[in-house]
Amino acid sequence: MSKSLDYENLNENVKECQYAVRGELYLRASELQKEGKKIIFTNVGNPHALGQKPLTFPRQVVALCQAPFLLDDPNVGLFFPADAIAKVKHYISLTSGGLGAYSDSRGLPGIRKEVAEFIERRDGYPSDPELIFLTGGASIGVMQILQSIIRGAHDGILVPVPQYPLYSATISLLGGSLVPYFLEETANWGLDIGNLRQSVAQARSQGITVRAMVIINPGNPTGQCLSEANLKEILNFCYQNNVVLLGDEVYQQNIYQDERPFISARKVLMDMGPPISKEVELVSFHTVSKGYWGECGQRGGYFEMTNISPRTVEEIYKISSIALSPNVPAQIFMGLMVNPPKPGDISYDQYNRESKGILESLRKRAHIMTDGFNSCRNVVCNFTEGAMYSFPQIRLPPKAIEAAKNAGKVPDVFYCLKLLEATGISTVPGSGFGQKEGVFHLRTTILPAEEDMPAIMDSFKKFNDEFMEQYEDYRGYSRM
Amino acid sequence: MRKFAAEKSKSLLAHRKRLAVSLQHPTASVFSSQSHHNPLPQSSILLRFLSSAAANPSAPSESMASDSDYSSTPVKIDSINPKVLECEYAVRGEIVNLAQKLQEDLKVNPDSHPFDEIIYCNIGNPQSLGQQPITFFREVLALCDHPAILDKGETQGIFSADSIERAFQILDQIPGRATGAYSHSQGIKGLRDTICSGIEARDGFPADPNDIFLTDGASPAVHMMMQLLIRSENDGILCPIPQYPLYSASIALHGGSLVPYYLDEATGWGLEVSDVKKQLETARSKGIDVRALVVINPGNPTGQVLAESNQQQIVDFCKNEGLVLLADEVYQENIYVPDKQFHSFKKVARSMGYGETDISLVSFQSVSKGYYGECGKRGGYMEVTGFAPEIREQMYKLASVNLCSNISGQILASLVMCPPKVGDESYESYTAERDAILSSLARRAKTLEDALNSLEGVTCNRAEGAMYLFPRISLPNKAIEAAKSVKTAPDAFYARRLLNATGVVVVPGSGFGQVPGTWHFRCTILPQEDRIPAIVSRLTDFHKAFMDEYRD
Repeated sequence: MSKSLDYENLNENVKECQYAVRGELYLRASELQKEGKKIIFTNVGNPHALGQKPLTFPRQVVALCQAPFLLDDPNVGLFFPADAIAKVKHYISLTSGGLGAYSDSRGLPGIRKEVAEFIERRDGYPSDPELIFLTGGASIGVMQILQSIIRGAHDGILVPVPQYPLYSATISLLGGSLVPYFLEETANWGLDIGNLRQSVAQARSQGITVRAMVIINPGNPTGQCLSEANLKEILNFCYQNNVVLLGDEVYQQNIYQDERPFISARKVLMDMGPPISKEVELVSFHTVSKGYWGECGQRGGYFEMTNISPRTVEEIYKISSIALSPNVPAQIFMGLMVNPPKPGDISYDQYNRESKGILESLRKRAHIMTDGFNSCRNVVCNFTEGAMYSFPQIRLPPKAIEAAKNAGKVPDVFYCLKLLEATGISTVPGSGFGQKEGVFHLRTTILPAEEDMPAIMDSFKKFNDEFMEQYEDYRGYSRM
Repeated sequence: MRKFAAEKSKSLLAHRKRLAVSLQHPTASVFSSQSHHNPLPQSSILLRFLSSAAANPSAPSESMASDSDYSSTPVKIDSINPKVLECEYAVRGEIVNLAQKLQEDLKVNPDSHPFDEIIYCNIGNPQSLGQQPITFFREVLALCDHPAILDKGETQGIFSADSIERAFQILDQIPGRATGAYSHSQGIKGLRDTICSGIEARDGFPADPNDIFLTDGASPAVHMMMQLLIRSENDGILCPIPQYPLYSASIALHGGSLVPYYLDEATGWGLEVSDVKKQLETARSKGIDVRALVVINPGNPTGQVLAESNQQQIVDFCKNEGLVLLADEVYQENIYVPDKQFHSFKKVARSMGYGETDISLVSFQSVSKGYYGECGKRGGYMEVTGFAPEIREQMYKLASVNLCSNISGQILASLVMCPPKVGDESYESYTAERDAILSSLARRAKTLEDALNSLEGVTCNRAEGAMYLFPRISLPNKAIEAAKSVKTAPDAFYARRLLNATGVVVVPGSGFGQVPGTWHFRCTILPQEDRIPAIVSRLTDFHKAFMDEYRD
């Protein structure tokens, strides 16, 4: 009798799904690490793993929520400031049984209210807590929403290329069709509406119903901030084409320039007024994993639904209820993120100092990194306006492409593996995110510590010089 | 709440009528989720799961008006994934929504109902009913969440020495001591080592940390296995009936077929392998490729603890039939009778001499159950054995799409599998807390079981383990007629009446599946012990009045 789970009879959608961020490069890097090589993991946006310290205040609050019996200890004040203690009492009162009880499947109502108030402060338009669902990280939210939308291979989801592979992986797991639209590298990874229309037309000619469009703003892996004009075009497009907009806005705190601040898709939608503001369906995602929080290990996030039919909201609630509830400590992190210490609170100065320090340092690192890449031979890189990544284009010489072929590797994988072996820098090849044919990239986070950054860029430059020296001849190199 | 229940119910009712015929037949043993084109599913997974979502006569019906605002939007109820529509999850279904509504009423006017509070016996959520967390576990979690205090001298004054030591150990296992970082997609390696030492202490057989996948509670692990196994509606998963609706819901979401096998109520919810085999053969004869067998031990909602000899038969059966054994063992610490003991399926299989490549076995464990009952933490793991390396790679890939499970839950999973030992400073207080909870749960189970058995027309098997009683109620024909006239399943009708009269929330048996024509409800044993007498008397009074009203 053959085993039930032989590879041949595994779900095909599972086999098809790809997730490069933890793929071949990461596995090789882990092996090298085990062998004792020093690895600089820049493959995942995981700030604390690279030494970023957690913000003190939220950790104080959650720690004390874990051990509420300490509230009765006369010495509790030695460890926790009064405003943290007050917050603990506040959050415990929002739960029914502390951190150890399942909450409402959509998250604690009191915290959803805090999220709604945050959204209103941010956008200037009221938000309804009933349409906010807390999740165990943004990824879970994306999966739930895509699960509700995708019925089969004839349902298409518009996804930017390059994209964060969560989208391609989830769409293939659910058996839907990814409809790519290309971001324009020469226009600072802006969205070209003409190209978008072309993609839709092509998908439709293949019998695909385009049901939703994903935007990642600020961009992952591309780091651009979408302009208000661009967002308006997108919303008009969604309106005309009857497409749900999925706004991945998890990097909204990570902005490294002043010309293009983050603006939420929801605010632009509301600004546009009726009929568009009443009709375009929008789901916006947020998380505690990014920003200056970087609390990846907590798995906390939320999504907010705008203009989604109440019956569909009910169905999404049902799906949430099968997983019982998101983890409660992360819900509290989310509450604290949207409602942090205010001026005048005991912990305000420290909180402010810590968060400013992180953001300012990230801004400096974004510059060091993109400048560093642009000083390298055959490397060009748009400035990282936001998010946590640089996505330089590597112009690989034909000989290198040939060598990759001979080694049975995709050219950018070949390059990234060589980079890893030579320098310990663990990146993700551009092919994991999608790129135009014949063009090669890599993604690296801007997260290594600021003081390590110059050395890392030097070591990259040295490797790249040697690589180019080895493979470049006088026939020139690949161009887009 | 549930403004739209009425019209949803309408369609479901129409849908139930279509199904009624086929489901009255006990021979209709395979229910496949099919029909990707119809606005409403032709065949939901099991009719039984629909009854709790059936008509709510009190629901307002303004829904059409408000829904028309959405007439031009792309995602309509008939254009969402039909698998989403099909799946049902009764533990948080209609009765719970009614309960929440009553609770709101009481907030506004404490005299609005003949009771002053709602008692949630619908869900295994112990700490929401006042159970206190285990101190040692929480000390360690607090220290790991805020390691800055570990370096303070005063910390020793308010935290136990072994919690401090354990927190240091755990932090040292985490690269960079970063509890705020994503971990390895299977979970932090050091914590998996700890879990394996706990499994080994439990089973007497070694466990491999590479076999452990830490997850946000057991549910995502179950989903992952269903996702791997189910390719289409032609793939079947054998599930006990009654079952915990996570299984039916997950199978429906992944578009597979639930192949039911019935537990025998007359023999204390016994699992008869010959019956399972019959169901397997019936399914196969219909072209269903049966891929796995789900066993819940201790049982949910049925509370039975399998005998080792029975488990051996199950292991042989899975081995001979080429089935993956999916062992839901989340209640392994919840055993209430001296004549029963928990044995993990892995231990049973290894004791029989079966090694890694002889049988494919997945064991699910959770921090939400046991004496700890840490539901809000969403911690858990699955131990997978007997899978080829290329399958393991696929599992790893699936785990990595969601990056990792939450770190606090991971740490807690390691703690429950490796609690304080003799000689540790917290050992005595830890065992006292644990034993107090377990012995109180045993007393509560017995009191409720006796009370239920004393009611007219009610029989209830003992809860040998887990957290639930699943009494059978012989409803008078008059009551069944009355239920029909309000288009409700008879057990849902009973549960609703019980809730309206007493504030006690239970889940109708139809949410779990039951032999057609029998009626049950599931009631947790979790209200605090001092509340049990009041619950018993309310339940008794209600049942008497109900029978007086409907006795034939």
